[in-house]
Amino acid sequence: MPSVILRVVAPVLMLLLIIVSIYALLRGHHEPGGGFVGGLLIASAFSLHVLAYDVPSTRRLLRIAPHELMGIGLSIILLSGAIGLVAGGSFLEGLWVTVPVPGLGEVAVGTPVLFDVGVYAAVVGMVLMIILMAAEMNS
Amino acid sequence: MLLWAVLSVFLGALLAPILHRVLGRPAGWLFAALPLDVLASAMPFVPRLLLEGEAYHTSLPWIPSLGVEFAVTLDGLSLVFLALICGIGALIFVYASKYLQSDGRLGRFYAYLLLFTGSMAGLVLADNVFFLFVCWELTSVSSFLLIAWDHERAEARKAALTALLVTGGGGLAMLAGFVLLVLVTGETQISRFSGDAVRASPLYLPILILVLAGAFTKSAQVPFFFWLPRAMEAPTPVSAYLHSATMVKAGVYLLARLHPTLGSTREWTLVVGGVGAATMVTGAVLAVTQKDLKRILAYSTVSVLGILTMLLGIGTRAAISAAVVYLVAHSLYKGALFMTAGTLDHETGTRDVTRLRGLARHMPITATAAVLAGISSAGAPPLLGFLSKELLYEAVLASPTMRTILLVAAVLSSALLVVVSVTVAYRPFFGGSPAAPKLPHEAPLSLWLGPSVLAASSLVFGVAPQWLGDLPGAAATAILGRPAPLEMKVWHGITPVLGLSVATLLAGVGLFRVLSGRQERLFDAATRLGAWGPTRVYDAAFAGLLRLAEWQTKRLQTGHLRHYLLVTVLTTVVLVGTPLLRSLPFSFSLLDIELPELALAGVILAAAAMATRSPSRLAVVATLGAIGISIMLIYVIFSALDLALTQIMVEALTVVIFVLVLHHLPRFVSRSPARVWVPDAIVSVIFGATVTFLILMSSTLYPEPILSEFFVAKGYAEAHGRNIVNVILVDFRAMDTLGEATVLCAAGIGVHALLQARTRKGA
Repeated sequence: MPSVILRVVAPVLMLLLIIVSIYALLRGHHEPGGGFVGGLLIASAFSLHVLAYDVPSTRRLLRIAPHELMGIGLSIILLSGAIGLVAGGSFLEGLWVTVPVPGLGEVAVGTPVLFDVGVYAAVVGMVLMIILMAAEMNS
Repeated sequence: MLLWAVLSVFLGALLAPILHRVLGRPAGWLFAALPLDVLASAMPFVPRLLLEGEAYHTSLPWIPSLGVEFAVTLDGLSLVFLALICGIGALIFVYASKYLQSDGRLGRFYAYLLLFTGSMAGLVLADNVFFLFVCWELTSVSSFLLIAWDHERAEARKAALTALLVTGGGGLAMLAGFVLLVLVTGETQISRFSGDAVRASPLYLPILILVLAGAFTKSAQVPFFFWLPRAMEAPTPVSAYLHSATMVKAGVYLLARLHPTLGSTREWTLVVGGVGAATMVTGAVLAVTQKDLKRILAYSTVSVLGILTMLLGIGTRAAISAAVVYLVAHSLYKGALFMTAGTLDHETGTRDVTRLRGLARHMPITATAAVLAGISSAGAPPLLGFLSKELLYEAVLASPTMRTILLVAAVLSSALLVVVSVTVAYRPFFGGSPAAPKLPHEAPLSLWLGPSVLAASSLVFGVAPQWLGDLPGAAATAILGRPAPLEMKVWHGITPVLGLSVATLLAGVGLFRVLSGRQERLFDAATRLGAWGPTRVYDAAFAGLLRLAEWQTKRLQTGHLRHYLLVTVLTTVVLVGTPLLRSLPFSFSLLDIELPELALAGVILAAAAMATRSPSRLAVVATLGAIGISIMLIYVIFSALDLALTQIMVEALTVVIFVLVLHHLPRFVSRSPARVWVPDAIVSVIFGATVTFLILMSSTLYPEPILSEFFVAKGYAEAHGRNIVNVILVDFRAMDTLGEATVLCAAGIGVHALLQARTRKGA
């Protein structure tokens, strides 16, 4: 049933969406974006894949089960909080270090970024879990 | 160091299943080392404590803003308990490694047991009331997990739930008492409570009742004792450890710990002494009516818990000293007796005393340990139990109130406990040719080590009480709040107390001869009578609770989405609308609205109107989409780009989900009958008005952008971010985001479950 046009265009659009999603995640601390929006973006990329192809192929492409992504996301959030607890003194306290990255100069890396990655994973997992289940009802 | 040793036990609990899988059987011995390590790390502070009477304090911050910290005090009372918890704990781990050898979940068993050991050690060390409360509840939780170990049996699950509800309910009452205590004294540290201030306060009686509710439920006092015999569903190592030697004494510990703060009043003496005495007699009477070894021991534990409570209630120096020694003696002999009962069960396949006879020849070591522990339990010389009973009689004889009643009750209970001792320690091993469903062999080392060490300790400390050193005295000092050195002697000379002891022993043996042939009839009578005990009240209350839950679930959870929406919307209207109405009238101005915003508002209104009249579901989705996009544009106008991005993504994904579930929705009705849509419209209008007023309110309440300026100023300086929305989400209010992410995932799991249920039903 899915159109051929959609099947041809989907991979390109997905690639773009994924790039934009990661971009939104990483720049979120300074410019509009962040883990929540990033997660929704990448979830929409895979939703597109579901619409263009079918659920089993999307699950194969995803490799990891959405509910596991949710768990991983929450664990990352807890981990980022625990780092603050152990090294900073209180749970979820933000800690920052600057790391020299070739080509980018000094880049600040902190536990809030890790926190955002956790939000990202949790959001993707949650949205995809619902969308994949809903799609499975039709097949 | 002490605190870290305790925390390492919790870490051990986390790693136990993995370690057990990797190491196999020796893991049990490794875990036995953890509690010993806690004890060892307390040792450096012991000389100062015993010689100079100086308690050791340390603390780590936890939630400083609430006055909650990991504050630890090591005084004589803590040390006595810590020694029992860690010493017996180590033996239990060794015992369990054999007893549950064939259970595939042994690793998890170690984890629960370590969780208990850690929280119990924390409980007796805690100086902060909230730290104590958390440990207290953790012991209840680990006890729940351990009682329900054989969770496939309904009785085990029921017993676990009973224990959790009774002790947990008491724990909550105790927390309320603690909060009142903190309010009265202004301190959260137990060692800084001022007893005089508390006793003079009008809140004294409420505090006393609430704290006692916690102590009495945990330590199985009348009328809450019924959970303890039920808890015998747990594997025997658990019964020996939690339900006789340590956890059930937490209530007694609490009474002792708070004695300087709450004790020495008429109310205290009457309630604590009275309830203790009643429990002592009830437990002892019920113990002799039972046939199951473990239930006999459980009821006799109830009786001893009553003795300890009664002694703390009397509150004289003699009574407190007696309580300390009795506590130690009981933990030693009862731990040993439980383990030998478990060994009998393990080796013969039954715990029914009427079916066991003359087994000493087959298991000499176990029999020796049981007999020694039994002599101590009967209070016969030269074991520690004898000394503790002498002290008990001395204390009761010198009691300032209710002397005659207490003395009669104490002698009667002690005589009945002699019967119990003979029944569990003599009867299965001697008296005729061996009889058992399966003739046993001597148990292996891991099974006799624990009972032997405990029984030998009873003997050693009974013959040479001076080897306990100043420890009981230091504990009595901590309970009494003033120096109370204690010197124990084996031989007091011929005194009234010695006469009472002899009389008790003779009466006990006589009673045993009278009762031993009538076990069955006693058991039946007790079972019939027991049906009218507090168990009945509990069971009725529990069934009532379930009925109430069923009724209100049927009312609230109709399964219709529109009902849920209605409840949610109306609740919001009432909760938000009421305070709003009170603040009416307020002024606001609509002058600074510009043309693009007005145009968008027009689009939204038009789309909303269309949505109510659309002929098809797809059209409704399209109009709702238009509303969403317009709202996004409003965000853009106010340069809230983060919100705009999120809004458009949510809109897009909503459409995707909608398309996917479209076929599965019920038939679309474009216009409901008037009796449906008129009430709906009224609710919608009220809800819309409430939200509108709320927004107008919030824009007038904070005319100055204080918050935004704060975040703009602090955002980059303190959180390294220029996107304020993001900084708020991941740093300033990260805790909220953590909660939201969790809720999000929980909601996802809920959707998953619903869809799965549907798929299954369809299949």
